[in-house]
Amino acid sequence: MSATNLLTISYSPHQFGSESVQKIMYRVLIAMVPAFAVSLIFFGLGALAVTSIAVVSCMSFEYLINRFMFKAGSTLWNGSAAVTGVLLAFNVPSNLPVWMIIIGSLVAIGIAKMSFGGLGKNPFNPALVGRVFLLISFPVQMTSWPKAIESRFAYLDAATGATPLAILKEGIKNGQPLSDLMKEVPGYAQMFLGNMGGSLGEISALALIIGGLYLILKKVITWHIPGSILATVVMFTGILWMIDPGKYADPLFHLLAGGIMLGAIFMATDMVTSPMTPVGQIIFGAGIGLITCLIRIFGSYPEGVSFAILIMNAFVPLIDKYVKPKRFGEELKNG
Amino acid sequence: MKTFPKGGVHPPENKKASGSAIEVLPLPKSVRIHLSQHLGAPAEPIVAKGDMVKAGQLIAKSTGFISANIHSPVSGIVQKIEPAPDSSGYKRPAIFIDVQGDEWMETIDRSPNLIKFPDLNSEEIITRIGRMGIVGLGGATFPSHVKITVPKGKKAEILIINGVECEPYLTSDHRLMLEKGEEILVGTQLLMKALRVNKAVIGIESNKPDAISHLSTLCARYPDIRVETLQVKYPQGGEKQLIKAITGREVPSGRLPIDVGAVVHNVGTAFAVYEAITKNKPLFERIVTVTGKSMERTANYLVRIGTPVTELIEATGGMPEDTGKVINGGPMMGQALPLLDVPVTKGTSGIVLMPVTESNRRTTMNCIRCSRCNSVCAMGLEPYFLMSLGEAKRWDDMEQARVMDCMECGSCSYTCPSGRPLLDYIRLGKNSVNRLIRSRSK
Amino acid sequence: MNTVVITIISLSVIGSLSGFILFLIARKFKVFEDPRIDDVEAVLPGANCGGCGYPGCRGFAENCVKAESLDALFCPVGGNDGMVKIAEALGKVAVTKDPTVAVIRCSGSPDHRTRTTRYDSAATCEIASGLFSGDTACSYGCLGLGDCVVVCTFDAIHMNPVTLLPEVIDEKCTSCGACVKACPKTIVELRKKSKKDRKIFVSCVNQDKGAAAKKACSVACIACKVCVKTCEFDAITIENFLAYIDPVKCTLCRKCVSVCPTDSILEINFPPRKVAEVETVVSEIQAN
Repeated sequence: MSATNLLTISYSPHQFGSESVQKIMYRVLIAMVPAFAVSLIFFGLGALAVTSIAVVSCMSFEYLINRFMFKAGSTLWNGSAAVTGVLLAFNVPSNLPVWMIIIGSLVAIGIAKMSFGGLGKNPFNPALVGRVFLLISFPVQMTSWPKAIESRFAYLDAATGATPLAILKEGIKNGQPLSDLMKEVPGYAQMFLGNMGGSLGEISALALIIGGLYLILKKVITWHIPGSILATVVMFTGILWMIDPGKYADPLFHLLAGGIMLGAIFMATDMVTSPMTPVGQIIFGAGIGLITCLIRIFGSYPEGVSFAILIMNAFVPLIDKYVKPKRFGEELKNG
Repeated sequence: MKTFPKGGVHPPENKKASGSAIEVLPLPKSVRIHLSQHLGAPAEPIVAKGDMVKAGQLIAKSTGFISANIHSPVSGIVQKIEPAPDSSGYKRPAIFIDVQGDEWMETIDRSPNLIKFPDLNSEEIITRIGRMGIVGLGGATFPSHVKITVPKGKKAEILIINGVECEPYLTSDHRLMLEKGEEILVGTQLLMKALRVNKAVIGIESNKPDAISHLSTLCARYPDIRVETLQVKYPQGGEKQLIKAITGREVPSGRLPIDVGAVVHNVGTAFAVYEAITKNKPLFERIVTVTGKSMERTANYLVRIGTPVTELIEATGGMPEDTGKVINGGPMMGQALPLLDVPVTKGTSGIVLMPVTESNRRTTMNCIRCSRCNSVCAMGLEPYFLMSLGEAKRWDDMEQARVMDCMECGSCSYTCPSGRPLLDYIRLGKNSVNRLIRSRSK
Repeated sequence: MNTVVITIISLSVIGSLSGFILFLIARKFKVFEDPRIDDVEAVLPGANCGGCGYPGCRGFAENCVKAESLDALFCPVGGNDGMVKIAEALGKVAVTKDPTVAVIRCSGSPDHRTRTTRYDSAATCEIASGLFSGDTACSYGCLGLGDCVVVCTFDAIHMNPVTLLPEVIDEKCTSCGACVKACPKTIVELRKKSKKDRKIFVSCVNQDKGAAAKKACSVACIACKVCVKTCEFDAITIENFLAYIDPVKCTLCRKCVSVCPTDSILEINFPPRKVAEVETVVSEIQAN
C-alpha cells in the first residue's frame, strides 16, 4: 500500500447520516421563502432592500469576526448567518434606514452570537437580540410601520400607519370601546393573508404556516414549540375574552396580529436556544405564550413576542437540567 | 409490525451479499488463535510448541466462570505461543498453528444428516455448550453457557432468537437462516430445553422476507417456536431493544434480560449449539460476510477461526484500489482494522471494505443543540450532554447521567448534523466510569 | 426641600439597617480559618496545577498547616526555595528534593517511524489509545495528539510540527507531573535536572524484542546491551528489552550516546563534540 493510501482507523460508527448543519440552515431559508414573497408583495422595494442589507451585513460580520478575531476557518457557508440576517430583517419595519440595519446585524452577529463562541454557543436568539437592541435604541423608527401595498415602491419615504396591536393598545388606553377599534383593524381574512401593518416578515400567517409545515415535514423542527405557544395564546386570551368580550380581543385576533406566528414558527424554534426534550419544549413554548399575552394585554408595549422568547431563552439551561428524556428501563415494573 | 418504541435510525442497508450462498473457504497455511476472543478472562493454553493437534481438539482452557474454551480449528503443528497484535494492534497472547492436512477429532460427526432430538437433560446441554467453547456469535462474544445458566431465584420464561441482523452490509445470519433453518430450530429447541422454557420467538426484520417465510414454514413442525416479523430499525439487534420489541418488557437499567424472564441468543449461536450437541463439534468455524461497496464479488464464507483476514479478502477478488478502511464487523459497531493479517475470531461476523470516500469522519462543528442525538438514542440518554461531560472529564456526573446504559450502537454519532464524535467521548466516559466503579469496590 | 430631606433620611436608614443585618450575618456565619493558611498560600506559586496532589494551592496550604511535618508535602513548582519559605512561615522543617524536569521518551518522528494507518476520531491520546496501538508499527510510541500539551498549565510543552512529537521547554517546566499523568503511553518521565539543563536519557519506551522494535522505528532501543557494557557507573539497566538510564547514577559522560547503534539515547544541551573526541571514544570501545 502506498503512503498516500493508508487505511483509516476510527471508532465506530463508520457510516454517517446525510444530515448536516448546512442542510438544516438551507431548509430554514427555503421555509422562509413564502413569507418573504408575501413581504415583497405588500412592502415591495423596502422589503427587498432591508432583507438584502441585513443578510449581506450579517454574513460580512460573521466572516470578519471569524477571519480576524477567531482566526478560524470560515463558517460563512453553513448558512446560519444568512438565516440570522433574514430573521432580523423579518423582525423590523420595511422602512428602517440602512445604518440601523447594519448596527442591528452587528449586535446580532457580533454580540449575541460570536462573543459566545459562534454557532451553537449563543444562549439568546441572535436575530431577536438585534431586534430588541434596535427597538430600545431607536423606538421611533422601529415602530413606524409602512402601510401594506400603498408603500410598495417606497423604501425610506414609505407612508406609515399603525399595526393592529398598536391600534388596540392605543385605543384601549384612550378609553375607546373595543368594538369601535375592531372596525379600524383589517378584517381577519386580510390579516391572514398579510395585508396589514407590521414587521416585514410577520404579516402573513398563511405564508408562515406553509413554511412551518415544510420545516415539520423535513424534520427540522417538531410541533412541540409552535404548538404549545399558539395553544397557550389561544387559551389565555380565550379565557379573558370569555370573561369580558367587550374589553379583550378574541383569540383569533391575537393569533393573526403581530409577530406571534413568526415567533412561534421561526424564532422560538431556533434549535440553539430552545430546550432539547419534547416536554421541555412544551414548557418553553407555554412560557413564551404566557409572557407574550401578559405583555400584549397588561404591559406597556403593544407586542411582546420577542421579549417573551428572550426571557424564555434564559430559562433553557434550567429546563434542560431538570427535564430529562425518559430513560430506557426506568420503571422497575414491567408489563 | 413490532419494533422498539423509542429512538433508532435507519442507515442504508447495503446488504449486497444477501444473495451469495455460503461457501467453504479453503484452509489457510497457518492460523493464529488469540487466547482472548470472548468476553471475560482469557483462556489458558494447554498445548506446547511442537504439539500435533487435530481440528476440534481443545487447545486452551477457560479460566473462570465467564471465560470460554478454545479448540483448534485445523489439524497441524503448534508453531509457537507468543504475543501478537490483535485487531487493535496491541500485542496479546496467541497460539500459532501450521496447517497440515485436515484431520478432525474422531468424536465429531461430520455427516450432513440432521439429528433432531438428542436425549439430554438441561444440565447436560449446558455443560456441553460450555465445553464446546460456544460464545455469542452476534459480535459480543459473551460465553453462551453463562447466559443459559439461570441464576437461583430467577426464572426464564421466553427464549428469543436474534435473527435481526440490523447492521448494514452484514448478511451472515441471513444466509444461515436460509441454508440451515432446520438446524437453527433444533438448536433453539436445545436452548429451550436447557433454559426449561416452552416458548421461543425468532425475531427477524422485514427486510429479509425469504428468511421469514422459510423459517415460518419450518416452524409449523415446531409448535413452540414462532417467527416474529419486526420493522426495520437500527439497533433492533440490541438485546434490550429486541426484548422490548417482542415482549414489550423493559430490562431495568443496570440489570440483565433474565430479570424480565427473557434470554436472547443469536441465530448463529443456535446453529453452533446444534452442531455442538448433536454433532459433538466445538466452535471452531463461523460464517463471515465479506463485502464492500466497490467490491465486484461479495461472499459469505464458512471460515475456520484464526484464518488471516487477508485470505478472506484475497478469496473475494482482492482489495479494491479505493479501499480506505477495513472493518471487522458491521459499519455501525465494527472495529476498523489497523493490520490486515489479524485473524478471524469467534466474534467476526463480517469484513466490510469501505471506499476512501466514505472512510473519513466529517468535519466537526459546534453542537447546534438540534436534539437529534437525544431522539435517536434507544436508551433514552442525552449523548450531547454526555459528550460535554466527557470533554470536561467529569466522570462522576457521567455516571449520574447513566453513561453505563449506553450500548455503543452509534446512532448518535451517525445522526449528528455537526459530525461530532459523540460516541468517542461516551466510550471514554464508560471506560473511566468502569475504572471508578472498580476502584470503589476495592 | 422636604423631598430631599426624606430621601436622605430614608436612604440612610435603609443603608444602616442593611449594614447592621450584614454585620449580624457575618458574625453568625463566621468560619474560623487558620491565618497561617493565608500565609502559606501567599508564598505558593498560585498556579493551581495540582502537581502536589492536592486540589489547588489553597488545598495544599491547608494540608501544610494541618500536617505534623512537611515530609510528605512538596510543591514541585515552588521547588526547594518555595518549601523553605513555607517551612519558615510554619516553623517546620522542609524536605529538599532534587529538581526534576519532564522529558519525552520517544524520538519516533515520521522519518524514523513510517505511518501504517491514519487515525480519524476525536483527537486526544486518551481516546486514541483506547481504540488501537497507534498509527505506526510501534505500539508503544507517542501518538502525537498532544494530551500533554493540553494539560500543561505552564505552556511548557509544544508540538513540533515536523517531528509530530511534543517538546518540553526546560525553563518553563515546573515538573508538576500533569503531563506524566495525561500520557496514556507513559512516555513522559520526570528526570533529575542537571547543570545547564544537560540531559542524557533513552528516548524510547518500546518493549518489543530488538528486531521487531527496529522494524517499527529506526531509532528504537533494541536492547543490544552495548550501552550497559559501556557505562562505567552501572547506571544503565535493561528490562523488558528496554534500556533505562538511572538519572542519579548517571554522570553525563556521554559514552553511551556515541555507542548506541540506533541513536536512541539522546544528549541534550551539551556543547557540540569534536569529531576527534567521538572517534577516540568509538575506537576505545572497539578496542575493549
